[in-house]
Formats: sequence, structure tokens, C-alpha cells
Amino acid sequence: MADVLLEIDGLTKRFGGVVAADGISLMLPAGELHAIIGPNGAGKSTLIGQLTGEVTPDGGRICFDRQDITNVPVYRRSQLGLARSFQVTTLFPDFTALDNVVLSVQAHSGHSFRFWRDARSEITLSEPARAALARVGLAERAATLVADLSHGERRQLEIAMALAGRPRMLLLDEPMAGMGPEESIRLVEMLRALKGAITVMLIEHDIDAVFALADRISVLVYGRIIATGDPAAIRSDPAVREAYLGEGAADG
Amino acid sequence: MSPTPKPPVKTGWSIGIVTPRIGLNIAVIATLAVVPAYAALTGNAFALTLFTRVVILAIAALSLNLIMGFGGMVSFGHAAYLGIGGYAVGILAKEGVGSGFVQWPIAIGAAALYALVVGALSLRTRGVYFIMITLAFAQMIYYVAIGLDRYGGDDGLTIYHRSGFGGLIDLGNRTVFYYLCFGLLLVGIYLVWRIVNSRFGMVIQGARSNERRMRAIGFPTFRYRLVCFVIAGAMCGLAGALLANHTDFISPAMMHWTRSGDLIVMVVLGGMQAMFGPLIGTLTFLVLEEGLSRLTEYSNLILGPLLLVVAISIHGGIDGLIMGRRGG
Repeated sequence: MADVLLEIDGLTKRFGGVVAADGISLMLPAGELHAIIGPNGAGKSTLIGQLTGEVTPDGGRICFDRQDITNVPVYRRSQLGLARSFQVTTLFPDFTALDNVVLSVQAHSGHSFRFWRDARSEITLSEPARAALARVGLAERAATLVADLSHGERRQLEIAMALAGRPRMLLLDEPMAGMGPEESIRLVEMLRALKGAITVMLIEHDIDAVFALADRISVLVYGRIIATGDPAAIRSDPAVREAYLGEGAADG
Repeated sequence: MSPTPKPPVKTGWSIGIVTPRIGLNIAVIATLAVVPAYAALTGNAFALTLFTRVVILAIAALSLNLIMGFGGMVSFGHAAYLGIGGYAVGILAKEGVGSGFVQWPIAIGAAALYALVVGALSLRTRGVYFIMITLAFAQMIYYVAIGLDRYGGDDGLTIYHRSGFGGLIDLGNRTVFYYLCFGLLLVGIYLVWRIVNSRFGMVIQGARSNERRMRAIGFPTFRYRLVCFVIAGAMCGLAGALLANHTDFISPAMMHWTRSGDLIVMVVLGGMQAMFGPLIGTLTFLVLEEGLSRLTEYSNLILGPLLLVVAISIHGGIDGLIMGRRGG
């Protein structure tokens, strides 16, 4: 088995009386595409929040590349190679698509206490940024303001930004939300191309996409992981069928 | 000299190379450059006084634009830096330290230090809280100045000798002093332009646009915003040192909260995020104020609503107006 990149151990979080994470334990080997599915309110967003550092766990441990990052601040996790995309696109609306990605590259190329040189003239920033845009199919839109991009293009840009930091792991929070069928297909293809190169945790409602892409799937219900396994195992798991997939199964 | 095939179209948050804006900027610079000659030819000494004030307060507005326009940090206590810079000069002058080589670095350093403290506390908050904390600190400094009996308290303090530069520059010569302030303003605009387009500037503007996202992609935003806040404070401290030399007088009124409000109005009026916006805003504001006060004693009744109309109707201030951006 490949090296474990992400290890979650007994992660717990309560919001008042609601248990959003109830002793979640999970191990992701490097290179795996691991999907998390579960009904609304299952605690998927809380899990992402804890992994990125925006939500402080009440208990448990998160290890990334054998380093305990449970109490490491958000920006530092990103610098360690844990990148995320947001469920609701949160980009820099008054920046161009390219500048959005440039910022992401810049965040991972040393400190930014550089006051003199024109950042936009720096090839070391713009070239990786253009490459990341090309990777998600947005090369033609580099000079467009984010405010003028379509919804689908913004979702693509989200992923370009995550990729631009050369992360070792991607946390994708419902990347297909609000996408049209064609855009979804393109995104699935893109993620398939990434498979193996980057470890991915994919949180997604689009069940078809999940079963098409994931190496393994974990099912989260009321803050607990009720099953983890490959797509076939999950599809046939009786507890999962009852809790989440319903009688019709495989229907988003 | 970059081998990039095609530079990105500079829109939105960068300084576009567009004719009406450049035209206005050149006109303003040219006008300011000939003010002393005009004053000498017409014997209108007041013009020089007024425009020296414009240039100095434009430096203060420029520094405010760096944090407010580019950084999204609406400081409602910016006049405090003017006061600190001014008091540094005034207090040192009274204590017998007349050298500008000592006074000005201390003025700048004291303002920077104050910015560091205020920034360290206020930058942890957002929105209205940030505004209120910066205002509260400025009010505190204002009352400290009132309490300084040795330095005139509420009445202020006359400065009998302008900062000395060992015969290098004679600040007593009003034309020389004007050109010094004007030169410092131009240098300041150039510095801000460099900063804003540097990596540091990208971080500052990114944090204005979406700070949460900045952290998610790996930026410890707080320290960048704090450094930006300190740079602005230092720059405004210098403006304070200039202002004290200009008026030969310091008083708590330099840092009254209405002055902080005026600075915000100047920046908004000229156009936030426009390199020459603070200068154009300050120029417009002070000339209007002066002109209206000659026409009527109720000038503020006209000036206030006028500025309100501009702020509401024109997105991007005067810069937005000439660039064709309308409010909506």
C-alpha cells in the first residue's frame, strides 16, 4: 500500500447539541481519489472546514504527511500542500482570471514582502498560472475579469487556483455544484486526468460522477462514517442503501 | 523587457493606460508645477499657501488610499498620523532640536510605531468595528495632545524655526518648501504605484477582495495588512511633519476626527484605487472649500451636500467620472 498522506483520527466537533463530526477516522493513501458522500447535514462541510483549518475540532487528530496539523493555521496548511476549492465560488471578483491564479502561485513561492518589482511581469508567477488555466481549459479567458466569467468557468477557475499551488492534496468541496451537464462531463474528465498524480478528497452530490471517479468512497451520515470501500462495495452495502442511496440507488 | 507574449489586459484593479485619466493627471501636475511662478507674477501669496496645503494633505490622502482604496482598510483615524508627525516636529523644536534630519525621521518613526500598535489591535476586526477602533485611538491621541500643557495644550504651540537641514534646503523659503512638498508627493505617488503592483501589493489587494480566500490559498494576510498599515502611517507622519512646518504651528485640531473624515472624503472624491485620485480629490476639496468660503459664510452647507452627491452618484470619484464609470 502506498504511503498514507492524510490520516484523520477520531475527529469530533459539536455545534451546541448537534454533533457534526462524531469520531471520524479515515486514511488516504497518496494518489487516491477518495469521495465523501452523504445526505445534507451529514457533516461534510464541517469535515472540510476541519481539514482546511477554518473549523477547530473539539477532539481528534489530523495528520498530513505524518505531521500533526490539527492546530496549524489555514494559510500554513495550504503552504504544506493541502489545497481546497470552495463549494460556493469565492474568488477575487475584481481580478482577472489570470491574476486569481497568479495569486495562488505567488502564495507558494516564498514570502511576499517584495515591494518593488511588478508582480505581473514576473514570468515565474505568470507561467505556472497560465499552465494551470490551460489545464482546466480556461487559457482563452486569462484576461477576463472573474465578474464576467460564467458560473461553470468560475468553478473551473476554482480548480485552476487549487492546482496552481502545486498541492499534494486537493480538497474539492462540491466542484460540480450548479454546473450544466456538459460542464460536469468536462470536469469529470479533468479530474480523471489528475487521478494518481494528486491525492484528492472529493465531496460531491453528483453520485454518477462520484462512482465514475472515486477509488474509494466514504459515506458520512450524522457526523459518522458508516461505510468506506470501493464503489462496488458501497453500491451494494445495505446500510448505505438504506441511509443514503435509497431504493433507487445511484440516483443523485 | 519581459518576453511574455501578450501582457494581460490591465483592467479593474490596475492602473490602466487611458487617455482622459493621463490627460487630467498631466494637467494637474503641470498646474501644480507652475503655482509658485503664478504666485510670484500675480503677487498672490495666498495661492502658494493654499497649494502647499493641497500638496501636503495630498500626501496624507495618498497614504490613506493605500490602506483604504487598495487594502480595503477604512481607517477613520488617519488624522492622528498627521498630528503625531506634526507634534514630533513641534515638540523637538521647542526642546531645542531644530534639525530636520532628527525631527523628520522621528516624526515618521513615531507615526509608524503608532500605526503598528493600532494596526495590531484593529486589524483583527472588520467593518464597523475596524472603523470605530481606529477612530477611538485617534481620539485618544487627540486628548493626549490637549493634555500636553507644556506644548500648548488645547491652544497649540507655535513653531519659531522650521526644520533645519544644515543649509542644504531652506524651508523658510516658501517656494523651496513648496517644491520640496511637491517633490515628496510625486515620490510618494511613485512609491505607492510600485508597492501596489508588487507582490506585496497583490496580497494587499487580494485581501481586500477576499481575505478568507487569501488565507485558503496560503497567505498569512494579517502580517501583510499590518505592514501596509505601518507604511501608510509612516507616510502620513511625514505629511504631518510637513504640515507643522507649513503652518509653523501645531495644535490638537490637526488631528480632530473631522480631519480624518475630510481625508476619507478627499480619497473617495478623487477616486479610490486611482494613483492620482488622492491628489485630485484633495485639490478639488480644498479649492472648493476655499472658493465657497469666499462666496458665502455658509460654505459647508453647500460643500457637504455637494460631496454627498458626488459620492453617491459617481462610482470611483472624479477618476471614475473621467473614465466613464457611473454609479449604479
